[in-house]
Amino acid sequence: MSTESAREITLTVNGTRCTRTVPVRKLLADFLREDLRLTGTHLGCEHGVCGACTVIVDGVSARSCLMLAVQADGSCVETVEGLAATDEGKTTLHPLQQAFWDRHGLQCGFCTPGILMSLQELLRNSPSPSEEDVRLTLSGHLCRCTGYQNIVAATMDAAATLRGDRG
Amino acid sequence: MTGSSPSDRSAAHRLVGTKARRIEDPSLLQGKGRFLDDISVPGELHSAFVRSPHAHAMIKSIDVGPAREIPGVVAVFDGAAMRNELAMPRMPLGFPSTTLPTNITPWVLSDREVCFVGEAVAMIVADSRYVAEDAAALVAVDYEPLDVVADCKEAMQSGAPLASTATKTNVVENFTLAYGDVAAEFARSQHVYRENLFVHRGVAHPIEGRGVLARIDEGSGELTVWSSTQMSHELRHMLGNTLGMDVNRIRVIAPDVGGGFGAKFVVYPEEIAVAAAARSLRRPVKWVEDRIEHFTSAIQDRDQDWDVEIATDEAGKINAIRGRLVHDQGAYTPQGTNLPYNAASSVTGPYIVPAYQMEVFVCQTNKPAVIPVRGAGYPQSAFVMERLMDRVARELGIDRVELRNRNLIPKEKMPYDKRLKNRAGVSSIIDSGDYLACSNAALAAIDYAGFVARQQQARADGRYLGLGFAHAVKPTGRGPFESALVRVTPAGRISVFTGALAMGQGLATALAQVCAEQLGVAIEDVDVTAGDTRFVSFGMGGFASRQAILAGSAVQIAARDVQAKALKAAESMLEVPEHDLSLRNGRVEVVGAPGSGVTLAEIALKLKGAPGYALPRGLTPGLEATAMYQYDAQAFANATHACEVEVDIGTGDTRILRYVAVHDSGRLINPMIAEGQVHGGIVHGIGNALFEKMRYDEIAQPLTTTFADYLLPTAPEIPDMQVIFFETPSPTNPIGVKGIGETGTIPAIACIASAVENALEPFGIRITETPITPIAILERLERGSA
Amino acid sequence: MKPPPFEYHAPFTVVEALRILETHSNARVLAGGQSLMPMLNMRIASPDHLVDINRIAGLTGIREEGAWVTIGSMTRQREIEFSPLVRARLPLLAEAITWVGHRQTRNRGTVGGSLCHLDPSAEQPTVAMALDAVVEIAGPRGQREMSMRDFAVDVMTSALAPTEILTAVRMNAWSARHGWAFLEFARRHGDFAIVSVAVLVELDGQQRISRLSLTLGGVCRTPFRLRASEQALTGMQGDGIDLAPARRECDGLDAMSDPQVPAWYRRRVAFTLLTRAIPVAIERARRGRNPR
Repeated sequence: MSTESAREITLTVNGTRCTRTVPVRKLLADFLREDLRLTGTHLGCEHGVCGACTVIVDGVSARSCLMLAVQADGSCVETVEGLAATDEGKTTLHPLQQAFWDRHGLQCGFCTPGILMSLQELLRNSPSPSEEDVRLTLSGHLCRCTGYQNIVAATMDAAATLRGDRG
Repeated sequence: MTGSSPSDRSAAHRLVGTKARRIEDPSLLQGKGRFLDDISVPGELHSAFVRSPHAHAMIKSIDVGPAREIPGVVAVFDGAAMRNELAMPRMPLGFPSTTLPTNITPWVLSDREVCFVGEAVAMIVADSRYVAEDAAALVAVDYEPLDVVADCKEAMQSGAPLASTATKTNVVENFTLAYGDVAAEFARSQHVYRENLFVHRGVAHPIEGRGVLARIDEGSGELTVWSSTQMSHELRHMLGNTLGMDVNRIRVIAPDVGGGFGAKFVVYPEEIAVAAAARSLRRPVKWVEDRIEHFTSAIQDRDQDWDVEIATDEAGKINAIRGRLVHDQGAYTPQGTNLPYNAASSVTGPYIVPAYQMEVFVCQTNKPAVIPVRGAGYPQSAFVMERLMDRVARELGIDRVELRNRNLIPKEKMPYDKRLKNRAGVSSIIDSGDYLACSNAALAAIDYAGFVARQQQARADGRYLGLGFAHAVKPTGRGPFESALVRVTPAGRISVFTGALAMGQGLATALAQVCAEQLGVAIEDVDVTAGDTRFVSFGMGGFASRQAILAGSAVQIAARDVQAKALKAAESMLEVPEHDLSLRNGRVEVVGAPGSGVTLAEIALKLKGAPGYALPRGLTPGLEATAMYQYDAQAFANATHACEVEVDIGTGDTRILRYVAVHDSGRLINPMIAEGQVHGGIVHGIGNALFEKMRYDEIAQPLTTTFADYLLPTAPEIPDMQVIFFETPSPTNPIGVKGIGETGTIPAIACIASAVENALEPFGIRITETPITPIAILERLERGSA
Repeated sequence: MKPPPFEYHAPFTVVEALRILETHSNARVLAGGQSLMPMLNMRIASPDHLVDINRIAGLTGIREEGAWVTIGSMTRQREIEFSPLVRARLPLLAEAITWVGHRQTRNRGTVGGSLCHLDPSAEQPTVAMALDAVVEIAGPRGQREMSMRDFAVDVMTSALAPTEILTAVRMNAWSARHGWAFLEFARRHGDFAIVSVAVLVELDGQQRISRLSLTLGGVCRTPFRLRASEQALTGMQGDGIDLAPARRECDGLDAMSDPQVPAWYRRRVAFTLLTRAIPVAIERARRGRNPR
C-alpha cells in the first residue's frame, strides 16, 4: 500500500508557473489561499453551493472547494488577482471590476471575487448576454448583501465596454 | 438642529448626498480585502471544536487522549481544562438586566450539560484545520441524553422538560407591554377579529462565517484579537472579564467583515476560547467557522407564535390590539430579551392605536440561542400588524389601502408619542415621517389603480396574480453613543477612527463623505479605520441601523471641531483674522486669494509641536478632535412596499414579478449605498417570506444544515426592484439622517404574504405563517376543493 | 469542513483504475467531484483510497453509431450542453441538461458521475431512463452492459460493484420527427428537481401516438417509467388527449416522503407537470422538426 500523502504539482496561476508539494487532500481553494497567498478566493460553504470560491480552471469556471489541489496539476488557473492589468506599476481595473465599482455591485465584497470569475467566463463566451443570461450565471452564487440587481447592471455595462459600445 | 448641516458651510463642496463611489471597492474588487481568514501571523495554529450531537444531554465523561496523539495536534481543551484558563466559565450577559434569571448565558466550553446540537464541549488546536478536524473526530464523549424541548409553545406547558437543568423554568422572561384601556376598548367594539400567526426568520448566513485570531505578544503580554465581529469594544470588554485581563492590555481589531446581519452582533464562546488558548499556549490561535458550524452554533432568529386580536369600529378605525407572543429563545440567552421586546413593542407600526396590550413569554428550547437578525423583531411585528389590517379590510369590505390610510399617523401629528418605551426605557416618539405620501408613491409605482383589471384578465387565463402592500416603521439610531476621532496628519492625510464598524454597508465611504465635505477635501484624502479598539477608547459597533446617525454625526461633529481649530490656528500662523479665512481644497486661504494661506498638513505639523516652541496661542496640541456623539432619541425611518406575484396553483409556487419599495430614511449620505441597502434588505425579506426555514425534528436535531437544504434566494428568483426615496430629515441629529440597514427587510415579509393571499383570494386561502411554501399552498388548495 | 485523510491515485488507464479498486477496499472513484467532494468535505464519505479517473483517456466524447448515441462516462455536462449532436439526436437530454445545477457545476460534473450517484431528483438518470439507456461497465471480468432499468437499483444505489467503473452510456435516438419535453419543478433555478417529467412521443400519419415514453424524476426512489400510462395512451389522438390514465397511475405511485416534501405532493405535482409537458412534446412531434 502506497504511503504517499503529498504530491508535487506544477500549474500556472494567473500566468505564473509554480511548483509546490501539497497534501493530496488539500482543497484547491486552500492551496491558492495558503500556499500561493492568493487570498482573494474565499470559502463560504465548502460544499459547492455559495460560489465564493469560484476560479477559472483551463478556461472554465469551477468551484475550487470541490477540487483537490493535486487535480490542478498541469492546469491553468485564473483567480480574481489576475483580472486587473498591471503595466509598469500602474493598475487598470478590468471592465467588470470598473463597472462593479461604478454601479455599487458589491457591499461586503466576500462573494465578489467568485462572481467576477463566473462573469469573466460568461463575457468571454457571450459578449452580448441578456439580463436573463447574467442572472442564470449568477444562480450559482449566493450574495446576502446586494440583492443582485446592481451586479446585473454592472455586468451589462461591462459587456458593453468590452464590445467597444462605450468608452 | 438641521440648521448646522454641513452643506451650509464651505464653498460649494457638497459630498453628502452624492452617489460617491466607495473607497472600499478597489481593494475588494482585486481580491485584496483582508477578511479574518486572509490574515496570517507567524506560528499561528488552527482550531476545531468538538460539538454535541445531542440537543440535551449530560456529559458523563470525555476522553481527549486519542485526539492528542495525532501528529500536528498541539493541545486539546475540554471543559474542565478551559475552566482553568478563565476567570469565569460562563459568558457574562451582554445587555445589563436586573430582571433576568442567572445561569442563562452560554458556557465557554460546557463540561457538564449540553443544551443544543452544536454546543461546543472541546477545542482542538493543531497545525492545520485539516488535522484539527481529524483529532476532533477522535474525542470520545460519553453523553447521557436528557429529555428535549423542541418547540417554544410546548416549552411553556406545565410538565414540559427543562431545556436546561440549570434553570428552574423554561420561561426566561414573562412581561406585558400595555397602554390605554384595552379591556374597555374591546368591550365597546363591534368588530373584533382574532388571528394566530407564526413567523420564522431563520439563520443570518453572512457569506463569510465567523472567525477569530488571537495572539499574545511575547514581549508586552498584550493580547491582540482579530474577529469578524460587529462589536469590537464589547468583545474587548468581554475578553477582559472572562480572561481576567486588564482591557487596556487587550486590542480588538475588526478586519474586513464579510457580512454580519446580526450573526456577529454578540460575543461568542468560541471567541473567548480561542483567546484563552492563545494565552495558554503562548502561540497565535485561529478559528474559522465552517458553514455547518454556522447552521448549528451561530445565533438564529427563529420562531414566534402570535395569538392576537384587533378591535375596530365599523369604518375600520382601530380601537385596540391585544394578544400573546410566545418567543423561541433557544437554549441560552447570551445578550438579553431585546428581540421579543422589540417585536412586542413595535406592532402598532405607523398606525394610531388607542389601546394596546401584549403579553410576552420568552421560552427556552434546546436549539441555538436567538438574538436579532437583520430587522430585529420588526419584520415579525410588521407581519402581525399588516396581516391584521388585511384581515380587517376583508371582513369589513374596505379597500386594503383605504383602511390603512384611515389609521396612519398623519404627518401633522409628528412628533408622535407611541406610548410604549423602548427596551432602554426611552419613550418611543416618532420624530418625523409622511406615511401617506410614501403610500401614494408606492401605489402609483406599482400601478395599483390598474391592477384589478390585470388580475381579472389573468384569472380568465387561469393565472393567479396578487398584489401585496405593507407599511413599516423602524426606530433607528440605537444609542447611547458612537465615537469618532478625526485627525489631520502632518503628511496631509485625514484619518478617521471610529468604534463603529462595517460589515459591507459602505461605512467608510459614508463617513469619508461627511468628513471630506466638512474639511473641504476629497473623499480620497480620507482614511477611515473602524472597529479597532486601539484608536478610540469607546465604541458600540454595527447593528440596529445606527451608524449613519451615530457615527455620521460623531464624525461631523469631530470634523467640524477640526475645521474650527484649523481656522483658529491659521489665524495665528497667518496673522489674518479668522473671518477673512476659509477652508478650501485642503488649505486655509485668505478669502479672495486662492492658493494663499496654509495647508491642513502645515497646520497639523505646527500643532504637533516642536520642543521649546510654543503652540499658537490658545490652542491645544494636534489638529484633531474626538467626539462621542450621544444619542438617546430615536429617528424613525419608514417604508412602504408593494409587490406583484403570481401563484402557480398547480405547484403552489410563488414568483415575484415586480417589487416597489418607497423608503424614507431622512437625509441620505450616499443614495447609491442607501439603495443597495434596500435591495439587500428586500432580498433577505424574500428569503424569509418564501424560502428560509431552519428545520428541526422533534428531538431538536437540525435537519437543514447545508445550503442545499436551506434555501437562500439567488438572482433568478429576484424581480426588478424599484426603490423610491423620500428624504424627511430627522430633527434628532445634526446631519438629519435616519438608519436604513434593516428597513428593506422589515415590510417585505408582510408585503409578500399580502400578495400571495390576494392572488389566492378566489380560493379563500389566508396566509398566517412564514415561510410560505408551495407545499403549504397546495395543501390548502387541495383541502379547499375536497 | 476538510476532507479526511486518504490515499490518492490518479491512474491513466481503465485497467489501472480497476486494479486499484480490486486491490483496495473502501475506495471511491472521483469523477467530476460535484457530488463526492461535498461528501468528503462534510466527512459523510471517508474512503481510504480515492481513485481520480479524470486523467484516463478514452472516457470522454459523444459519438453517433447508427441509431445510438454513445456518451463517454467522463463527458462533462458542459460538453453535452453545447453538443450539436445531442441537440439533434437527443433533444430531451439537451433540454434537461440546462436544468442540471449551474454553469460552474456543469463545467466539471460528468454524466457518468450523475448516473452512478443516482440521486432520485437528478435530471440525467431521469433522462437515461426515459431513453431506455444502456450503461457500459468495465470490471475485473471485462466489459458488461446493463439497461438503465436494472442499473438504477434504489435511492443513491446503482448496480455498479465497488470494483467496477462506468465507461459509457448509450441512448437510442428516437426518430427525426419525435417530440420531447423536459419539465421540472424546483424552488430555485439549478436546484435538484422536486419533481421532474421527461416525455418522448412519436405520432403516426393520423396524429395518433405511436410511441410514448413518460418518466418521472424525484417522485419514486429511482426514476420511474409510467409504463401503464404509456400503454394506455398509445394509439390516442395527440390533440386534446385525455390524461386520466396518467392521473390514475400517478395517484397510485409509491412516492417518496420526507419531512420537507410529502408523498402526496410529489404525486400531485408529477401529474400537473405531465399535463404541461405532454402537450409540448406532442406539438413538437406535430411540427416534426428537429430543434434549430
